Amino acid sequence: MHHSIEIENLSFAYPDGHAALRQVSLTIAPGEKVALVGPNGAGKSTLLLHLNGILSGEGSVRVCGLPVVKENLGRVRAAVGLVFQNPDDQLFSPTVFDDVAYGPIYQGLPPEEVTARVAAALAAVGMSAYARRVSHHLSVGEKKRIAIATVLSMKPEVLVLDEPTAGLDPRARRGLIRLLGELPLTMLVSSHDLAMVRELLPRTVILDEGRVVADGPTEALLADSALLEAHGL
Amino acid sequence: MHLHFLDPYQPRRSPVHAADSRLKLTLTLAFILTTSLTPAAAWPVYILLLALILAVEILSGLGVGYVLKRALLALPFVLAALPLPFTIEGQALFSLPLGPWTLTASVEGLARLVSVALKSWLSVQAAIVLAASTPFPDLLLAMRALGIPRLLVAMFGLTWRYLFVLADEALRLMRARAARSGEGAAAGARSGGSVAWRARVTGGMAGSLFLRAFERSDRIYAAMLSRGYDGEVRALPVPPMSGLQRLSLAAGLAGLGLLLLFALLLWG
Repeated sequence: MHHSIEIENLSFAYPDGHAALRQVSLTIAPGEKVALVGPNGAGKSTLLLHLNGILSGEGSVRVCGLPVVKENLGRVRAAVGLVFQNPDDQLFSPTVFDDVAYGPIYQGLPPEEVTARVAAALAAVGMSAYARRVSHHLSVGEKKRIAIATVLSMKPEVLVLDEPTAGLDPRARRGLIRLLGELPLTMLVSSHDLAMVRELLPRTVILDEGRVVADGPTEALLADSALLEAHGL
Repeated sequence: MHLHFLDPYQPRRSPVHAADSRLKLTLTLAFILTTSLTPAAAWPVYILLLALILAVEILSGLGVGYVLKRALLALPFVLAALPLPFTIEGQALFSLPLGPWTLTASVEGLARLVSVALKSWLSVQAAIVLAASTPFPDLLLAMRALGIPRLLVAMFGLTWRYLFVLADEALRLMRARAARSGEGAAAGARSGGSVAWRARVTGGMAGSLFLRAFERSDRIYAAMLSRGYDGEVRALPVPPMSGLQRLSLAAGLAGLGLLLLFALLLWG
């Protein structure tokens, strides 16, 4: 039995010398849904980019039992679905179908399997009718759902989302929260949307200035107003 | 808030729209090739080619007017052929005194100029019908099926995808500038600032657009990597064309080939 995510003493500094992560340690069990909160610039996105080896710092990161090192990158990236904050960055193909098919094609799956995966992923986010559409003409909420489908089609074990509710209208936000609640995956979600965190994610990790400053049940952490105040939340 | 003017695709229900994109791309390229290889002054052939493209325009439901209006784009390119009447020797038509020189236009040269203009006009029409009747993703598929290198096709795809995003971004920047470009209440105060200052602001906007595009490309690359991109461009195999489409392709190529042969034999 392995953990979904194990991070030990991870430190990372950007090329300009700015230290984004300092000695971060974090373990997430399979099936757990965890929130990553903290002020802007706390290092949340940087941490998420380490989970499939886009960035690599000092310390160790293991995903689904695999060390995130160069030799494992292919399998790690198949195991961790990373949904970027801005769907325009994630949806880079001409049509919705092409985008959702991207991951499976890169995994070398046969065409029938790719088509089946795309259909299943689009159905899971309720966007089956959009396969032939062009990403540019979709609304932000629709793009967000498609962005999630683009990683679901890779059948990941872990879903990692960066600010999933940013920029959504209340109805799209509600729909997204319901969708995320229904997905039976391990989840790590970075967000400023504390109402969503409270509703969807039983465990919360607070990151500030590159350090984990709190880690515990969401109810307890969000009730501690002194703690939230101290870390700009 | 989106810009749509960049997308030439015009959705209609027509046999031209329904035809396979590979068929359309191949025949368009063959049409352009035939047009450009047809010898100068082969007027009957030009008329046949024009009839052909006009028939396709009517069949496509786009309307002849729409295509002809867009085909005006070809005009500036005709400028390059403007010296032709004066550089080709032949029966003198008129003379143009120009300082110490005298330019003499020839009938042959004029015929060549008109031919070049007609040819580019016909070719541009074919390209417009193709772009207006085929969604861009289908066109990319056709390019891949025709054996255009995948990396190149992938770059066309990314360019097309982000052209819109970039245009929207520029539009937002300009809107933000417009929103803060007010006039002072004081009478006689000149608003708008100096030309140099305005140029500096515009330069800053162009720079920030470039930086945003650059940073976005970084994020897009990260998104590609996180879904397994390894430097190799992969895509699903293209489904085979139907028998009818193959037949139309063969018939179209044969027809254009015959036309070209006819033109080369009689005027070449």
